Amino acid sequence: MATDTAALSFDNIGMTFPDGTETLRDITFDVHRGEFVTIVGPSGCGKSTLLKIASGLLEPTVGAVTVDRDRLGYVFQDATLLPWRTVVQNVELLPELHGIGKDDRRKLAQEAIELVGLSGFEDHYPKSLSGGMKMRASLARTLTLEPPVFLFDEPFGAVDEITREHLNDETQQLFVREGFAGLFITHSISEAVFMSTRVLVMSNRPGRVIASFDVPFEYPRDPEIRFDPEFAKLAGSVSQELRGGH
Amino acid sequence: METQRPDTDVDVIDTEDALAIEIQREQNAAPQVPKENLARVILPPFVLGAAIIGFWYFISYGLLSERRRFLLRPPHEVLNNAFLDGDVMEEIMLSTWSSTKVAFFGLVIAAAMGLVLAVLMSQTKLVERAMFPYLVVLQSVPILAIVPLIGFWFGFGQTSRIVVCVIIAFFPLVVNTLFGLQSAERGMHDLFTLHNANRATRLQKLKMPAAMPAMFAGLRISAGLSVIGAIVGDFFFGQGEPGIGQRLRTYSNRLQGEELLAAVIISASLGVAVFLFFTWLQNRVVGKWYSGAGGSGV
Repeated sequence: MATDTAALSFDNIGMTFPDGTETLRDITFDVHRGEFVTIVGPSGCGKSTLLKIASGLLEPTVGAVTVDRDRLGYVFQDATLLPWRTVVQNVELLPELHGIGKDDRRKLAQEAIELVGLSGFEDHYPKSLSGGMKMRASLARTLTLEPPVFLFDEPFGAVDEITREHLNDETQQLFVREGFAGLFITHSISEAVFMSTRVLVMSNRPGRVIASFDVPFEYPRDPEIRFDPEFAKLAGSVSQELRGGH
Repeated sequence: METQRPDTDVDVIDTEDALAIEIQREQNAAPQVPKENLARVILPPFVLGAAIIGFWYFISYGLLSERRRFLLRPPHEVLNNAFLDGDVMEEIMLSTWSSTKVAFFGLVIAAAMGLVLAVLMSQTKLVERAMFPYLVVLQSVPILAIVPLIGFWFGFGQTSRIVVCVIIAFFPLVVNTLFGLQSAERGMHDLFTLHNANRATRLQKLKMPAAMPAMFAGLRISAGLSVIGAIVGDFFFGQGEPGIGQRLRTYSNRLQGEELLAAVIISASLGVAVFLFFTWLQNRVVGKWYSGAGGSGV
């Protein structure tokens, strides 16, 4: 499924903040289109910092990132919907910022809303949506630009377990359908193994990649795969590595 | 970097069931708001109002001798000799209208100036740091201390009354608008940064809409202050069209207790009406999306 050319490439990334805190060290890996890479690691190990560096929100102190930032998809920890805009107006925001005309952006927004299953909620304001629905709207907003690279900064951490599993399933289906390069941050090992083609484990601060696990299961993955012994074994290995990195 | 999308038998996400479950769960979890009993809403203020009137009668007839009753005329005399007297009411309403216009112009000018200044301060930290101490000074200076200066510069008529309103109403408008402009979440700013939004776009599409609830909170506070400014201004700047402040002064000097009480009640009603108007306007403009709309201010 993955392609030869990397869509996102980290080359020897290091990050030290002005207060002297070294957050990341020697991070080197690639993500290709058709690859879904998930990073797991202890709190404060620099996972989100790495995503901010990928997106250009932060500049690394060492190393370089190669990625096309014009159409980069970034899904935040919070849905970051603008409360004064309806769902459809929120989903239209990114095409609007990119200067796409009103009719075209409305069409893009409608398609994206349909894709995430929010049809019928176009005219709702965020305050009347549940956490899961807000995240779907946030996903739809990112989808409008059809980004070749998707960065997910622990997007489902704030929703309950059942909604989280639904959103995992839906994101996985989007990945299969769109074939983007995905880089996903999470604390959940089960989520990481279920979604990914590859799981990277980061060490405690300064964060380094200390292990990489290829996930062998075919897409689309059935939610029941979480109960498969091979899934449990892989999740156990990731967990063991994670505990060792502490 | 261009690649074929992987083959898949998944076309559209089947989320209907999930959504239905989610909505159902949310509905179940939502607290059931009991229907307000009308009597419970109306009765308490009605009873309190009746108690106040009873207490008023008690003071007029119980505590004050007939010779000193001019200090607090009983309610029915205020009603008959002021509210139901056409000439008196015309006089009070015309001066109230004059003060309303003064308060309105003062508020509009303060709001326009406050918005411009808050936007400037929100754009550059340097401007904020430079301006803020002077705003605090302006807020701290007692208005009575600068009244002679205002009269000296702007004369002793309507203009000076409007200036008093502007000075009194300005600070809450600037502070609330500035707070609102700075209230957009970090993630929202990151989103705009990621998509190369320039300063004007960020202001128009993010900061200004985010500031609306705080701006309305400022408007509600300042509108009340502007009414006070118009009445206070009347006391010092008596030239031109008489305002309600001048009526209060005249009735007080002439010991016209009924008219004085009627003018006080109407002045207070003007303040309440202005506050309610801006609460209504806030609900109309931001009520659809802002959860805190309709509160009693920041």
